[in-house]
Amino acid sequence: MWTDRLGSRSQGEVNEVEKGAVRKFAEAIGDLNPLYLDDEVAKNSRYGKRIAPPTFPITFRYGFIEGLELPKSGLIHGDQRFEYQRPLFVGEEVFCYLVFKDAFEKEGSRGRLDFLVFERVGEDQEGERIFAARSTIIVTEAVRKEMYT
Amino acid sequence: MTQQLSVHWETGDRLEPITLPPVTRLELIKYAGASGDYNPIHTIDEAAEKAGLPGVIAHGMLTMAKISRLFSTQLESGFVQNFYTRFVGMVFIGDVITLGGKVIGKEKRNQDTVYRFEVFARNQKGKDVAVGELTFFTLGDLTRA
Repeated sequence: MWTDRLGSRSQGEVNEVEKGAVRKFAEAIGDLNPLYLDDEVAKNSRYGKRIAPPTFPITFRYGFIEGLELPKSGLIHGDQRFEYQRPLFVGEEVFCYLVFKDAFEKEGSRGRLDFLVFERVGEDQEGERIFAARSTIIVTEAVRKEMYT
Repeated sequence: MTQQLSVHWETGDRLEPITLPPVTRLELIKYAGASGDYNPIHTIDEAAEKAGLPGVIAHGMLTMAKISRLFSTQLESGFVQNFYTRFVGMVFIGDVITLGGKVIGKEKRNQDTVYRFEVFARNQKGKDVAVGELTFFTLGDLTRA
């Protein structure tokens, strides 16, 4: 089961906050804010450069937790949190890693539900934290059983 | 462009709600590409049906991104600091989503102010599909970012 991997973290990867990726993301979420897209406007803003939308860290690669196997499909995204120390800047490099934070179960009307909590962290080049993103993933009994048969 | 450099809210203030055009499949395909989440339950009917769903459903993270639009016009004054969303309902193609929120608290920290909001995304039937809380950090000193 997954509980033996509790507390493990991935090796992590460096991600660049790419201009083009931010534009594509802003277009996809329908938020064409010039602070995300326009160098001139951004330069004259308090940030002095372009920033990324708050949910943009979902696009980064965080690496994998060795030995942790999850069902390929049927996972439910229960909730999501982002906590920022400061906005994310376009063009910067972010070191990103993933931690398997918590696992607990609840009895639901259709059987056992497993809750898995993951934290994704992004740090700047000095190792200072920029953001932490915490997700709760729900595995239903049907999905869990399918995985182990 | 009119630049409003500092916002001011009081506890109980409601944000102007935003009602979005109906969700389209193309929108979900675009979001899949932009986010890298290619789970086919968001784009392909057969995959959604196989998963026991009546049709493809929008990515929860897309709905969360839409909620952040409530604050997009205020980013000159501050940034979204802590953003929590619980996905409580499914969003289908054709759904009309309304975003909204209200101030539930306010805290001064020296020159900076942290506003606490309750936020939601609701469908055309009046049912919440995502609910959460968000703090918006406004910087009092313009020279700092």
